[in-house]
Amino acid sequence: MKKTIRIQKFAGEFAENKDIAKKMRVEKVMPTLSKNGVIVFDFDGVSGATQSFVHALVSDPIRKFGSTAFDNLFYKNVNNDIREIISIVYRYMQESLNSESYEE
Amino acid sequence: MKVHLSNQGNLRNFQSFIEKLDFSVPEKLEISTHNKWVTVHPANLVMVAALALQVGKENAEIVGSVPSSGAYLDRMGLYNIINTPSPFTYHKKEEAGRFVPITQLKTADDQSRFIADMVPLLHLSEENTTIVKYIIGELVRNVLEHARAPHGAIVAAQYYRKTNRVSIGICDTGIGIWKSMREYWHPRTNMEALHLALTPGITGTTQKEGGTSENAGAGLFFIKSIAKITRNYFTIYSGKAEYTLLKHRSDIKGMPRLFADPALDQHRETGEVSDFHGTLVAVDISLHETTEFKKLLASIGKVYDEAIRDRKKAKYRVPKFV
Repeated sequence: MKKTIRIQKFAGEFAENKDIAKKMRVEKVMPTLSKNGVIVFDFDGVSGATQSFVHALVSDPIRKFGSTAFDNLFYKNVNNDIREIISIVYRYMQESLNSESYEE
Repeated sequence: MKVHLSNQGNLRNFQSFIEKLDFSVPEKLEISTHNKWVTVHPANLVMVAALALQVGKENAEIVGSVPSSGAYLDRMGLYNIINTPSPFTYHKKEEAGRFVPITQLKTADDQSRFIADMVPLLHLSEENTTIVKYIIGELVRNVLEHARAPHGAIVAAQYYRKTNRVSIGICDTGIGIWKSMREYWHPRTNMEALHLALTPGITGTTQKEGGTSENAGAGLFFIKSIAKITRNYFTIYSGKAEYTLLKHRSDIKGMPRLFADPALDQHRETGEVSDFHGTLVAVDISLHETTEFKKLLASIGKVYDEAIRDRKKAKYRVPKFV
């Protein structure tokens, strides 16, 4: 199973609304990963995103699904700024996972 | 309550602004201005606006005469929320300045709409637009999520052509930083709470590294760091504590060094000012000092990672040598 989520469709041109990130996470990302499915986040038309938005979107999937999330989450049409923000969240989430102190 | 708007309203002088605040009669707001010239930063404006909204329009007024430069207060929308009619008249077309007037945001949808509509008002390049959106996005979200502020977030911004700078102020009359940090971090003072809020990886929603599924404790650290890299001021005021990051010296070349510990930044702080029940955050961004946003984020992210790693290391068990 492979799902593509067009971020711009839900979050607009600048992705900052964490409520929307949470909704996408709960309704699309988590159920798909739980079936070992693949999610492609398509950032076409999105010029920027906040760290809070990306954290709300992917931190819980990384925490709960670990390597499945790393293997099955893909990002396309991502500009350099958003790429950096996603990378930051990936790095600190892995630091947190190692310490096993992340909290739901 | 009494607020005085002086002729030196900027973040460098913000401490003198809050030293003159008088919260002694909380049901009423009296605003006075310098009698010859009034200059306000968005920080001053949003603070006055937040207090005016708290007491209600009928209980907020400007006392004494306002100099001609006070027309700016009208343009920024202050007279719309106080019980004093504006003495100023000007042509509406003059309003096409590069500013975002006082705006009240209560929901995430308000925030999204505001961010989409606001930026064209400042007429910035795409790169600079991203930074402004980022800052407002994170700061307003903080208010909506953590402040429990009945009047929401009050926002204003101004672009200054001469200095090529954007100034942003965001204020709420919610629970304040100390209360939002109290449950998990037990700060003893308002100042300790501010330091915690500025430390990367520390959020008021948990004591665990990495935060929760919703919060990572990165927002304020990122914004303070953006101000530092662009060599400008960042101010936060809540309860009796105020912290202002001072301008990084322009004669020191290269990207300013970022610190996880806000105490290590060149700053000014006081824990003995008037007790403000709410939070104000303000930042100046010098656009000509803005490096590529990606590089700026990379530097901030690096310090963030190191901070988490260092705190983890501090908790490591050590061998028991006997």
